[in-house]
Amino acid sequence: MITFDHTTKTYEGDVTAVKGVDFTVEKGDIVVLLGPSGCGKTTLLRMVNRLESITDGKIIIDGQDSMDLNQIELRRKIGYVIQSNGLFPNMTIEENVMIVPDMLGWGKKEKKERFNKLMEMIGLSGDKFGKRYPHELSGGQQQRIGVIRALAADPPVMLMDEPFGALDPIIREKIQDEFLQIQREVKKTILFVSHDIDEAIKMADKIVLLRGGEIMQYDTPSEMLVRPKSEFVYEFFGKDRAIKSLSLHTIENLKNIIGLAEFDESIPDTKTINIHHDLRNTLSMLLNQEADQVIVTDDAGNKQGAITIDLVQKYLHYEIKGKTNVVQKG
Amino acid sequence: MNTKKVVSNVVRYFVYALVILFFAWAIKNQYFDYMFSQSKTFLLLLKQHLQLVFVSSILALIVAVPAGILITRKQFRRAEWIVSNTVNFGQTIPSLAVLALMISILGIGFKTAIFALFIYSLLPIYRNTVAGIDSIDENLIDAARGMGMKPYQILFRIELPNAAYSILAGIRTAVVLNIGTAALAYVVGGGGLGVWIFTGIQLFDNGYLISGAIPVTILAILVDLLLRLVERIVVPKGTKQTLEM
Repeated sequence: MITFDHTTKTYEGDVTAVKGVDFTVEKGDIVVLLGPSGCGKTTLLRMVNRLESITDGKIIIDGQDSMDLNQIELRRKIGYVIQSNGLFPNMTIEENVMIVPDMLGWGKKEKKERFNKLMEMIGLSGDKFGKRYPHELSGGQQQRIGVIRALAADPPVMLMDEPFGALDPIIREKIQDEFLQIQREVKKTILFVSHDIDEAIKMADKIVLLRGGEIMQYDTPSEMLVRPKSEFVYEFFGKDRAIKSLSLHTIENLKNIIGLAEFDESIPDTKTINIHHDLRNTLSMLLNQEADQVIVTDDAGNKQGAITIDLVQKYLHYEIKGKTNVVQKG
Repeated sequence: MNTKKVVSNVVRYFVYALVILFFAWAIKNQYFDYMFSQSKTFLLLLKQHLQLVFVSSILALIVAVPAGILITRKQFRRAEWIVSNTVNFGQTIPSLAVLALMISILGIGFKTAIFALFIYSLLPIYRNTVAGIDSIDENLIDAARGMGMKPYQILFRIELPNAAYSILAGIRTAVVLNIGTAALAYVVGGGGLGVWIFTGIQLFDNGYLISGAIPVTILAILVDLLLRLVERIVVPKGTKQTLEM
């Protein structure tokens, strides 16, 4: 869907922000551009909709060289979300969201329907919020509006520049989940800039790790955590990367590979946990000693077995030491 | 908090009392009589005064707002210091001196007065236009560009609405100042209520002085209120509340 072909950005002749980057973003994927500040991730993102010019190389979007397209039309086909939400204070929420459809000449009825549908996606009432102004909304609501504004004209591609960076951790996590839910429905091709490792692991189908304008590694989050290609990647994800990688797996994954333990009905201090819970949170729960036994249940509430720290450790061992090893399925 | 309120109320009522006393004193001494006994002249001077203010302000508006917009465009940014300093320089010359200078160029009369007032109104409007546009969050412009808005759409849909409060405040300042300054038009034979004010000064006749000065004051207050009303209508609701917070 988006191919970077030796894409390079040089400022004023000598400062190179992006050095000959090559990679392809598959249709429907979220690719997170991750790296320390000054690594060129935002510049690279802004080159896609040509807010930054391309010094050398190409960016090919859906088979077309972006330089062959009209700049204005190109931008209207690409959703753009920025950290500070960028809502226009002089316009109502509805006007803000409908800017691109409006410029594309949509009809009144069509716009109204689209607006209500988008608002429904983020769980806000279109009738209630449509006539309000941005300053009347909370930070989290504003950022949600910023996201649906980018989705308004249903662009195939979205660019998101640290879209949840300014939110407090609790709201951020909630909006991330909500956004992943929306993405499952709309399946956009998304480039997402982040400097937050946890966010990248959570959101990404694939991560581009950048340093000094060059790609250090382009891989799925779990590959990057488990098999870092260089010292830099290894250091970047930190010593706790094994724990971080656990958030990519659910209890269900564990059950499918090594199985769960038998549970004991006679233990009184028991807690239950849903099978779709990720292993990182599950491990924290186990470490917190919240109960003597943790029983895993499926969506219907049926008990599937018990989970223990031991099992998580075994699973991790399997993940890191290689999928080639034969593991006994218990 | 409470003492602050009390003090401001005391000051307010003291000022009201002074104003009432002044009017009582002026009416008792029949200082407003010329307005009625020479009503024809009064109306003519009032009309001239309004013309002076209106024409010069409109001209200043037509020049200063577009100049402010142009100078905030990327391609003209480099010229900003030249334009800003020129306009600033215009303001530093005392208004009487501007009038005197203009006499040597344009001679005496209505046009000279208009021109001087025009020069004098440029700065507040220009400066507030530039400040208003500059105060807009750069991220907004970035978002607008990223969504594929054309430069003129960014100007009319984002920049001007969000700068409207500041621009209008500049216009209000300029016009209200202009009403007072227009009294000096008498010096260059430009007419206006200044004729009675200066006559009053020269003849030590409080009647002429007050019949000329009070209408100028009332005019300034009325125009100020009127422009505040315009502001309330023109400035977008969303930006107003952010400013008041």
